[in-house]
Amino acid sequence: MARDAETPRTDRSNLSRRAWITTASGVVAAGLIRTQSDAIRLSAQEAPRADPTKVPGRFVSPVGSRAPAEQPRRLLRTEALSSSSRTPLDQLMGTITPADLHFERHHGGVPDIRVEDHELLVHGMVERPMVFTMSDIMRYPRVSRIRFLECSGNGGGVYSRDRMPTEITVQQLDGLLSTSEWTGVPVSTILREVGVRPGASWILAEGSDSAVMSRSVPLEKVMDDALLAFGQNGEMIRPEQGYPLRLFLPGFEGNTSVKWLRRIEVTDAPTHTRDETSKYTDPLGDGTVRQFSLAMDAKSVITFPSYPYVLPDRGWWEIRGLAWSGRGRVARVDVSTDGGRNWVAAELQGPILPKSTVRFRHLFEWNGRDTLLMSRVTDETGYVQPTVEQLWEARGPSTSYHQNHQRAWKLARTGEVTFGLGELV
Amino acid sequence: MRCRALACAVLVGVTACGTGESSVPLMSGTPDAMMLAGTAGDLPANAPARFDFGRRASDDRIALWDIDVRPDGAGLPPGRGSVAEGRAVYDVHCVACHGPTGTEGPNDQLVNSEQWDLYPTGRAVGNYWPYATTLYDYIRKAMPQLTPGILSHDQVYAVVAYVLYMNEIVPEDAVMDAQTLPAVVMPARDKFVVDDRIGGSGPVR
Ligand code: HEC
Repeated sequence: MARDAETPRTDRSNLSRRAWITTASGVVAAGLIRTQSDAIRLSAQEAPRADPTKVPGRFVSPVGSRAPAEQPRRLLRTEALSSSSRTPLDQLMGTITPADLHFERHHGGVPDIRVEDHELLVHGMVERPMVFTMSDIMRYPRVSRIRFLECSGNGGGVYSRDRMPTEITVQQLDGLLSTSEWTGVPVSTILREVGVRPGASWILAEGSDSAVMSRSVPLEKVMDDALLAFGQNGEMIRPEQGYPLRLFLPGFEGNTSVKWLRRIEVTDAPTHTRDETSKYTDPLGDGTVRQFSLAMDAKSVITFPSYPYVLPDRGWWEIRGLAWSGRGRVARVDVSTDGGRNWVAAELQGPILPKSTVRFRHLFEWNGRDTLLMSRVTDETGYVQPTVEQLWEARGPSTSYHQNHQRAWKLARTGEVTFGLGELV
Repeated sequence: MRCRALACAVLVGVTACGTGESSVPLMSGTPDAMMLAGTAGDLPANAPARFDFGRRASDDRIALWDIDVRPDGAGLPPGRGSVAEGRAVYDVHCVACHGPTGTEGPNDQLVNSEQWDLYPTGRAVGNYWPYATTLYDYIRKAMPQLTPGILSHDQVYAVVAYVLYMNEIVPEDAVMDAQTLPAVVMPARDKFVVDDRIGGSGPVR
C-alpha cells in the first residue's frame, strides 16, 4: 500500500522535494513540497473547486506561462559575480532544457547588451580583419543543432574518498548540464569570409562581460563544428546564455563556449589565459598538470530515483536518466540495480544525436530491500564511463574538473533515496 | 558540407572543414579528403566564395580591442611599475578581497610559494601559474572585480610586480615592463602537459 506523504527529512528549504500523495481513491499523485506555502497550495488542491467545464476559460495571451503548480527553479550557489546556478535535472523530461532553466556559470555577472550595439571583431592571422554587427552575422546562412553544454566543474564534490556526501540532489551534483537547440552561423563560414592565413592554428575568443572572459581554442575544432550562436530553443539566446552572441563549441567544456562574444583573434599559439592555466586544468598526481582538457568525456546520471525522493511502495518503478558524450553519439547505457555486480542494457529514447543528451530508461521491480542503482554509458568511440577508482588511479587525488565517473543512488528499505557512491568506495 | 577547395586550400595542414556530425576529430588532410569529410551542409551548395557582409576593421578599432597578452610578451603595452608602487596599488584596490598578504581572502588566494612534487594542495600564482604574462592579461581585463579597467598600464605592471614579489618569484627591487615580465620564469612552467585523453576503449586517462 502507498503511504502518506513523507515529511521532509531535511530542513534545507532550497531543496525541492517530490513527495507522493495518497488520495482517498488510492491514486498516487505527485506534488512539490518545498515551503509552508507549498503545503497550503497542496491542501487547497484537495478542496472542492469549480468544474472547469461549467465556467469560461481564460483568453489567449501574448506570452504563455507555466501552470502555477509547476515552478521548477535553478539552484543558486552564491549571489556573486563569479557564480553558478544549476538546472533542475530531476524535474525535467526528455532532453531539451527550457531556456530559462539552462544552467549559468558567469565570471563577471550577466552584462546588459543591446543587440544593436553589439559587434564582433575578427582579426589576427587573417587576410581581411572584419567587424560584424548582429544584422551582418544573422544574414549569413545559419544552422540549428541540438547539443548539450556542460561545465567541466560539473559533478565536483563526489571525488574525495573522505568526503563522499549522501544528501545531495542530482541538481546540486550534476545540474551544470543543459541541452538546447542552438542556432547560429558556423564559425567556419566567417573564417572563410576573412581568409585564414597559413600557419594559423588557434583562436582566442573573448567576451564583453566585466571579466572579459577569454579562452584559446584549436582552429581544428573551430573549423569542425563551432557556431556563432544567437538562437536557443527557437528564440534569441537568453542574457544569461550570452545574448546576443556566444561561441558554441559542441562537446567541449562549457567555459570555452565564450558568452557575449565580441572578439575572435586567429593566432598560431594559445594565449594561456587565466581560465586555461590557473583554472580548468588538471593536476594529475604525477607532477604534471593536464592543460586544454577540452572534450567532455561520456557520462550518464540517473535522475530518478534520486535524493531526496521517497518511493512509497515496492513494485514497478522506472529508472530514468540522461547520458551524453562530448566525442559523439551515445552507443549504449547499462543500468545496475545491485551496485555494479550485474548490468542490463537500458532503453534509449531516439533520436540519438552526436554531442547531445539522450534519455534512457529501465523498468525494474523493486523487492523492497536495500538497493544500489547505477548507470554506465558507452559512447560510439568505445569509451566506457569509468568508475571513481579508475579516475583516482589515472589522475590522483587533486583534480577538480572532468569528474565523469559512475554515480550510485542508494534506495533504502524505507523507500528513501540517498547518494550511494560512499557505499562502494 | 560543401567545403570548397578554394577555402580549404588556405587551411591545409592545420585544419579541416566538417559538420560536427563526425565524432572522430577531422585531422589535417588534402583538400580532396576534406571535401569528402562532410555531408550535411554548413554552407548551402550555391554559396558565393565571399558574402562581404560586415565591414573592414580599422587599425584603430583593432588596437582598441586587441588587449590580450601572450607568454612571449606580445600585446604588452608600454609602461612600467615597481614592487613598491605595486604595494600601494594593492593596498588600495585589491586588499579588501584578497587580504593583506594575498592569502586571507575572502576571494581567491593570490599567494602560495609552497612548491610541490606530485600534486599541489593549494593552487596559486607562486606554485601553479605557468606564465607571469597571464597576470597582466587577467588583471587588466578583470580586476579589481567591481571596477575592472580602472588601473593605468603602469599600475597594472606595478601590481603584477607586487603579486610576483609576494610569491617570492621576483626580488623587492624588481620593475616590470614589456621586456622584464615575459622573462620571468614561473616555478610551475614545465609541469603543464597537453591533454592525452582520446576517448575509445583504451586505458582510462
Ligand atoms: C571586489 C573583490 C575583488 C577585488 C577588489 C579584487 N579582486 Fe581579484 N578576484 C576576485 C574574485 C571574486 C576572483 C575570482 C574570479 C573568478 O573566479 O571568476 C578574483 C581573482 C583574481 C585573480 C586570479 C586568481 C587565480 O588564482 O586564478 C587575480 C590574479 C586577482 N584576482 C588579482 C587582483 C588584483 C591584483 C586586484 C587589485 C588590483 C584584485 N584582484 C582586486 C575579487 C576581487
